[in-house]
Amino acid sequence: MHAEATHVGYLWLIPALPAFGVLFNGFLGQRAKHLVSVVAPGVVGAAFLLACRAFLQLHDLGHGAVLTQTVWPWISAGDLQIDVAFRIDALSAVMTLVVTGVGFLIHVYSVGYMGHDPGYARYFTYLNLFTCAMLILVLADNLPVLFVGWEGVGLCSYLLIGFWYQDPNNASAGKKAFVVNRIGDAGFLLGLFVLFWNLGSGAPSLSFGEIAARAQDLSPATVTAVTLLLFVGATGKSAQLPLYVWLPDAMAGPTPVSALIHAATMVTAGVYMIARLNFLYVLAPATMAVVATVGAATALFAATIGLMQNDIKKVLAYSTVSQLGYMFLAVGVGAFGAGIFHLVTHAFFKGLLFLGSGSVIHGMSGEQDMRKMGGLRRYMPVTYVTFLVGTLAITGIPGLAGFFSKDEILLAAFTSPHGSPLLWAVGVTAAGLTSFYMFRLLFMTFFGDCRAEDHTKHHLHESPRSMTVPLVVLAVLSAVGGYMGLPQHWLWGNPFGAFLEPVFGAHEAGHVPASLEMTLMAVSVAVALGGLLVAYVLYVARPELPRVLAEGAPRVHALISNKYYVDEAYEALFVRPTVTLSNWLWRACDVGVIDGLVNGTAEAVGANSSLWRRLQTGNVQHYAVSMLFGALLILGYFALR
Amino acid sequence: MTVVPLSWYLTLGAVLFTIGVLGVLVRRNVIVVFMSIELMLNAVNLVFVALSRHLHTMDGQVTVFFVMTVAAAEAAVGLAIIIAVFRNRETVNVDELTVLRW
Repeated sequence: MHAEATHVGYLWLIPALPAFGVLFNGFLGQRAKHLVSVVAPGVVGAAFLLACRAFLQLHDLGHGAVLTQTVWPWISAGDLQIDVAFRIDALSAVMTLVVTGVGFLIHVYSVGYMGHDPGYARYFTYLNLFTCAMLILVLADNLPVLFVGWEGVGLCSYLLIGFWYQDPNNASAGKKAFVVNRIGDAGFLLGLFVLFWNLGSGAPSLSFGEIAARAQDLSPATVTAVTLLLFVGATGKSAQLPLYVWLPDAMAGPTPVSALIHAATMVTAGVYMIARLNFLYVLAPATMAVVATVGAATALFAATIGLMQNDIKKVLAYSTVSQLGYMFLAVGVGAFGAGIFHLVTHAFFKGLLFLGSGSVIHGMSGEQDMRKMGGLRRYMPVTYVTFLVGTLAITGIPGLAGFFSKDEILLAAFTSPHGSPLLWAVGVTAAGLTSFYMFRLLFMTFFGDCRAEDHTKHHLHESPRSMTVPLVVLAVLSAVGGYMGLPQHWLWGNPFGAFLEPVFGAHEAGHVPASLEMTLMAVSVAVALGGLLVAYVLYVARPELPRVLAEGAPRVHALISNKYYVDEAYEALFVRPTVTLSNWLWRACDVGVIDGLVNGTAEAVGANSSLWRRLQTGNVQHYAVSMLFGALLILGYFALR
Repeated sequence: MTVVPLSWYLTLGAVLFTIGVLGVLVRRNVIVVFMSIELMLNAVNLVFVALSRHLHTMDGQVTVFFVMTVAAAEAAVGLAIIIAVFRNRETVNVDELTVLRW
């Protein structure tokens, strides 16, 4: 973090380009739909090219270089001097490339997917706004600017989940996401305040460099409090226990939105934030333990729910929650590089899987229930092949992206000083479950006989080129993306980790015996293949078995297929008491006290006035009498005094 | 020829003024009310003139001319208003002209 910063003048353009797209699509999009199809992906593509330029410049400057730009002074009060400032170092370069790169592909895909939607321009306005906010988030040079992006992506998430707002379910799913994120963001803000309070004038701009330089001065208790509070924000944004409940519901939005926001980019913001503040987190071992535990628990918990979902997008949603748990497990054991690596590969393969499921839904005329699919590989060959690649990648089949990133995490969980065999075991179990539910999804959707209704079957078609091309590109990335981060001593090793090292320092796992590494790898591969095998037996070879199993253990089946009743528990514990309390506050305090006071004042004045208005008869002679008596009184006063 | 004493003039002025006041207060016809106001003005005029003569100064008589001018103007405006009111309401009864209030 202490490297020399190089000032450059073009960083502001990276978020400004999508912002231009927002203005164009928002104000002119309705009138020029064909231009939206060019402008919306175009600005993101241009931002991607700029990000590439920044990356190359960073690369030329060599190890530990940082590009910064102060755009304008933002808040200036006393010692406090916060600028709108952007920063590209290794970490934000990676994030920016992912956001703009994957974002560009998903914009292109959306052109096909949303082509017939009446809200076409509105959709791209939101999507560009999201890209802009996400870029502000990853490029921010200080916490307040990061927070602006953080809230911005939350807003866009809300807008896009409820994109088809005519259906109250979608609107309430968006509201749920927004409210749950507010709970997390309250923690984030508190963390920010505690940090600012304790740094005082030591860090007048709250930039990451200043916080890093002053982090040593903070007491361990303060650091623990700050990091824990910020982690609360991360659990909200990144859908970790106990705030994960909004993400499955967020699938109400259009599928490309699920791919971009709720799989590839926004939900990884929490991981990014912790990686960005790694210098704080390593000072708080207790927080690290909490992060790792929550991550591992979420990975396992969400994976078990994923086992029994029948909605194709819900499976992927729980899978996302689970994979985000892996990332938190990684950063929690101090393997920040591994966490970011998994973030990148996950963006590739989960983006791919979501877009693939979107392609399936598109072909199936909107059907999302896997029980009504089957045999689609004959109808949608491109979708099938790319989906297969994505599934192989996420399950950790050797050679594909997920294998390398997940293995790096599991290795770190086992060997890192913060890790433990228990965390590793939880991670491996979750990996086995992941393999099972992903292949279950694959088999139910693409294999066997088609269970769709006749008219749906009649319409079954492969998706248009604008949708399949992004699928193919992401499939290629999912296949080869892992080779930028091979395990140590393999071929060219881990250039990805080396690139990020200046940001994370050298606190990654040290030397690990090759035999241990191979053993752990073999176990996770065996578990992944085991999951594949079980899924094959249950859903291809003997399709009657799942029902037998479900009837054999009805309680377990009910518990898991009802998602452990977490939503119901939250409803009973938090939502309903809050609603009851709010109703009471409304009726008793608001209507009773506040409205009572205001209306009471008005009524008292009114009653008083209607008494006095009797004096005003309108009869001039009455007035004349009072004038006469007034005159007599005055005269009498002067005569008698 | 005996000189009429000042107190007689003042008493007459007071009596006329009181009749005028009572007329303003108790009569229902706007025109009579209006005439009563004129009566009050002229009662005061009488007092002005009497005192002017008694004090050997012209100030009071000058004031009377002003009062008569104002009274003439007032009569013109007042009668015009009364005619306008009568055209609208077909009445000149003050008890019925009470709409200048809420």
